[in-house]
Amino acid sequence: MERFRRLLTEPLVLASLAILVLLGVGEFLSPGFARGGQIARILTVSAILGLVSAGQALVVIGGREGIDLSVGALISLGALVAGNVMSGENGAIFSAILAAGGLAFVIGLVNGMGVTLVRIPPLVMTLGMMGVIQGGLVVLSRGIPSGNAAPALMTFINRPLVFGLPGVLFVWALVALAMWFILRRTALGYAIYAMGANERAARLCGVRTGLVRTLLYGLSGLMAGLTGVCVIGYTGNSFISVGDQYVLPSVIAVVIGGVSLAGGTGGYFGVVLGAIALTLLQSVLTTLQLEFWGRQLIFGAVLLGLMLLYGRTKRLRV
Amino acid sequence: MTLANALKGRVWLVTLAALIVLVIVNAYLQSNLFTPRVLKSNLTVFLPLVLIAVGQTYVILAGDIDLSVGAIVALVNVVTVTVIAGIGTEDAAAVLAGILAGLATGVACGLFNGFLVAALRLQPIVATFATGILFSGIALRVLPTAGLPVPAPYWRTYAGGLFALPVVLWIFIAVLIAVGILGARPFLRHLTAVGGHRAAAFQTGLAVTRVRIGGYVLAALFSAVASLCLTGETASGDPLMGGSLALGSVSAVVLGGTALSGGSGSAFGSVLGALVIGMIGNVIFFAGLPFEYQTLVKGVITLAALAGGVVIARR
Repeated sequence: MERFRRLLTEPLVLASLAILVLLGVGEFLSPGFARGGQIARILTVSAILGLVSAGQALVVIGGREGIDLSVGALISLGALVAGNVMSGENGAIFSAILAAGGLAFVIGLVNGMGVTLVRIPPLVMTLGMMGVIQGGLVVLSRGIPSGNAAPALMTFINRPLVFGLPGVLFVWALVALAMWFILRRTALGYAIYAMGANERAARLCGVRTGLVRTLLYGLSGLMAGLTGVCVIGYTGNSFISVGDQYVLPSVIAVVIGGVSLAGGTGGYFGVVLGAIALTLLQSVLTTLQLEFWGRQLIFGAVLLGLMLLYGRTKRLRV
Repeated sequence: MTLANALKGRVWLVTLAALIVLVIVNAYLQSNLFTPRVLKSNLTVFLPLVLIAVGQTYVILAGDIDLSVGAIVALVNVVTVTVIAGIGTEDAAAVLAGILAGLATGVACGLFNGFLVAALRLQPIVATFATGILFSGIALRVLPTAGLPVPAPYWRTYAGGLFALPVVLWIFIAVLIAVGILGARPFLRHLTAVGGHRAAAFQTGLAVTRVRIGGYVLAALFSAVASLCLTGETASGDPLMGGSLALGSVSAVVLGGTALSGGSGSAFGSVLGALVIGMIGNVIFFAGLPFEYQTLVKGVITLAALAGGVVIARR
């Protein structure tokens, strides 16, 4: 019984159960919901959330109240830059990815330096950076939507490539593999967990915590910028607040995936499941054909229910 | 350093200095700043953020955060206008009933937030984000689209004067008095203790859960009052009101020298922080910058101010 309880409160098991239940509910509500084509579409949307959540997960695992609220603005920036560099040309896709990812990486590094060198709390630093990037977006775009995706990029993200799955899912799988490898098989990964659990101890063990943490924020920026490229590939064009809707879902995917906001625990595989569960939930709510307020209510209630099952903080003890 | 020592625990002095500089720059750029009409309209614009920032301070002092304050503002607004419209008369009694219903709604939201975070031990950032979704869902249920004007006595009173001073100024003074009274109560000390070292506060026998719930109720109550002010300004209901207020209030609190990790800071500082945010917007507007650069400059100045506030607070 005790073993059963422990198994049931294991984040990976919970997230998987949530996915199965949601698939069942979706299939019950509208037969065909759990079919291949529909699942591929849901996975594609999950991939976009999953990519930005990868960076968010790194920052959170790194500890010291790590969080990156600038990812939404960075996604918008990535989409805008990529759209303008490509402007519908297939030949320019690679330079678009380079420009969007590179710029977002540099801005992420600035976040990291603010957090490590000036020691600004991450929430404040990335919140302030969000304001700066949003201002930059207005300057760059002059308030007018501009740039559009290259046809090949749209095909890569929306159309089946192999086994009925679009190319972006393979990119996501590669990212997941890379995350697993970095976190579990390299010295850097162990340094990140050590730092997240106890920064002082990690530093005394020779981890260059400032450098590692700065890199984490840089990687979060990079992932957000690349997510921006995917977003413009998904929709074809962008507007300057296109990324805002991803900020808190990326944090929630991380939490549902079993990563504690206190840092030092969890892995990316849970976050993958968290991103899928979150996207499925939104998709099921859309199928319900409820009014918007009803969807909001259920979404909020289910999130709270999931958090109740885990993601709770420790009880105070005497 | 003597200067640094003098500033210890009084970060709000630096915020005050920044505010004075901003006021001087604003007065230089806008010659009619010190006319009663302009001062009153400025205060009307700044008041909601001031109120919410004060409320947010009590939550942050206890080491928590409330991202649902913007949704609470929207919910209180629609409940108030709907109750007034439901009564149907346009007299003071109907307005009063609406205001009381709004305040009660706010307190209920605060109790719910506090219960989830303190009693059920959910993580504050994600939990209050989720309750924010819930609250705005309910707001959309109560009033699906913007509209439903409030009766004239409501907005006339809010825009009018009382004993030769504008009502908004009286509200501002009342906020300062409330902050002063709360600051002198043992409850504030309990909040600070809970935020500073939660385990130690628990071990000395403080009712940690109840204190944290109290912080959330205060934040929601101040947000409800802010919503009533906004309602007086817009004179109608809007279920999407208050979108950016949550993050703005966090910025104001940090600018006012309150530590985000909890345990130190003051609500007076947050009042100054909120005014600084408002004045930054004013100065940039009157500086004659090209329109497309205004948001960027505002973002950079705000980030610099936040960084400066954090650095000074640490010394």
